[in-house]
Amino acid sequence: MQTLFDKVWQSHVVSQEPDCPVVLYIDLHLVHEVTSPQAFTGLRARGLKVRCPERTVATMDHSTPTLPGHLAVIDAQAAAQLGKLEENCREFGIRLYALGGVQQGIVHVIGPELGYTLPGKTIVCGDSHTSTHGAFGALAFGIGTSEVEHVLATQCLLQRKAKTLEVRVEGAIGQGVTAKDIILGLIAKIGVGGATGHVIEYTGQAIRTLDMEGRMTVCNMSIEAGARAGMVAPDDATFQYLAGREFAPKGAAWETALAYWKTLSTDPGASFDRTVTVDAAALEPMITYGTNPGMGIPITGVLPSPSDVADSAERAALEKALTYMGLEAGKPLLGRAIDVVFIGSCTNSRISDLRAAAGVMKGRKVATGVRVLVVPGSKAVKSEAEAEGLDAVFREAGAEWREPGCSMCIAMNGDQLSPGQMAVSTSNRNFEGRQGKGGRTLLASPLTAAAAAVTGKITDVRTLF
Amino acid sequence: MNAFTTLTSTVLPMPTDDIDTDQIIPARFLKVTDKVGLGKLLFADWRTGADGQPKPDFPLHLPEARGARVLIAGRNFGCGSSREHAPWALYDFGFRAIVALSFADIFQENAIKNGLLPVAVDAATHKRLLAAREGSTAITVTIDLPSQTLALPDGTKASFPIDGFSKRCLLNGVDELGYILSFTPAIESYEAKHA
Ligand code: SF4
Repeated sequence: MQTLFDKVWQSHVVSQEPDCPVVLYIDLHLVHEVTSPQAFTGLRARGLKVRCPERTVATMDHSTPTLPGHLAVIDAQAAAQLGKLEENCREFGIRLYALGGVQQGIVHVIGPELGYTLPGKTIVCGDSHTSTHGAFGALAFGIGTSEVEHVLATQCLLQRKAKTLEVRVEGAIGQGVTAKDIILGLIAKIGVGGATGHVIEYTGQAIRTLDMEGRMTVCNMSIEAGARAGMVAPDDATFQYLAGREFAPKGAAWETALAYWKTLSTDPGASFDRTVTVDAAALEPMITYGTNPGMGIPITGVLPSPSDVADSAERAALEKALTYMGLEAGKPLLGRAIDVVFIGSCTNSRISDLRAAAGVMKGRKVATGVRVLVVPGSKAVKSEAEAEGLDAVFREAGAEWREPGCSMCIAMNGDQLSPGQMAVSTSNRNFEGRQGKGGRTLLASPLTAAAAAVTGKITDVRTLF
Repeated sequence: MNAFTTLTSTVLPMPTDDIDTDQIIPARFLKVTDKVGLGKLLFADWRTGADGQPKPDFPLHLPEARGARVLIAGRNFGCGSSREHAPWALYDFGFRAIVALSFADIFQENAIKNGLLPVAVDAATHKRLLAAREGSTAITVTIDLPSQTLALPDGTKASFPIDGFSKRCLLNGVDELGYILSFTPAIESYEAKHA
């Protein structure tokens, strides 16, 4: 009896020596400009080639501009880094989704969209949010640049097997509650180190009823609980999503693949090292108030008080976070004024996220003095949104409609907060300075972000329906 | 890989929990295409105040930071992104070991690959170490990888975990890529079987 993770792991073991990590085969290696240049330099220094260029896919996303028409890259250093990626891909024969191309986008958005991400695959990228791809029943995780070099050269990685954690989300989520609220609720419950050393498998009715984009949102933030990866067993929703995608198998190969994919679920009776349960029905829209993704509360809640925290390190962390955020202990967040709304990132920049935000903003105006950035995850998402007229909804409301990229999620490309600004963001990290030095980030769903955009303050989106 | 065997050094405390990689080195400095010189960007945003001026009382700016090869952090050090720039910056600044209550997975992997030793200790040891450091900025500790021990100034020793393979790699400065390449025949037969 095996878990889903056991099955995918086992089928990729190349070699297992006693008292050594496993040599694990990697089916798909995603590459972006920021964490790869030093790896290619390493390859060259040893005179090595990329072992499987056909299993390697590159995109430009982190430092790319998002102004309409793709204006100049913001600085010479970013331009040089993008140039390096182009040069490396050319030299080593790697397919690159370059800036300006019709399929370019955030690495974790285009992988699934183009059908590269498939159930049962091992997928890595020099990027911690690689966990996103686990939504398809793949084993997908982030690696450092040394490991990027290892995979380029050998298509393998040295890995120690992680423990397993089942996160069972039972019940049905209420109106106004989304996949983002499920994952923020989980991280608030178990903490940012709560899943360290574990691969999470998300199970339960609330996960089964999520669409693929919702599952991607959940798996995306597994790393924010410290997990090595997050997975969801594939089902009909997965297969329907994949059918017909450019790089998904076709014809007889599809049938063979489908038969295999259907075996990818945890056997009844297989056991996990740990199980955590989340009651979906009890979840409210969630929002973070602090400087890590575990510092979250239901939107109608009040901020915790340091005086209520017994552990001295936790108390100090809470005090530091509240000071940085300019928030007061014991007070509610509802009604608090905000400066910026960012709708985008590999967590929430897919078509369903944009539809949700547009649904709230339609016929409403962005509140005076608030800046709203809507950044689709890929060119494909952008075209689809434009075909549906979502861009017009955003523009008419007074939001900026941008080109795809990581944008203000990581603030490497010039899209950033000014010191002291308070933003509601659909991204995944609220660390100090993440969206610009001195910027303050409140993480929430696209619905909650859109509600903040049109009211200018933290608002319970359920009051706007 | 840089080798690590034993180290005796003064220590620098920064015992905050959940220090994330965006603090260790902010993302806007990740546009480099090499690994050198990142030490000056270590904790860049914590080093300066709102006015952009260096904060003289920030731990890295204190005179005793000079020569300290051991950083003491809190729980879950290195959480957040997979950027290897984090251990590169710590190493380049001069650190060779981080003593903490726990580490984030990817950071720990990245650190070991760069000869930066993650030393996870229990809460009691952590407390004793910080208390000793409060008494004197000049205390030294000895980290001995072969015996997996951390010797505190009071003469006591605490052991720390590390898996056997990482330990052998660190002690011998083993080149991991070279090791994986030695499996090429196995990789080839795996590929043949799964083609
Ligand atoms: S959108 Fe943000 S989290 Fe996602 S890959 Fe880009 S920078 Fe990383």
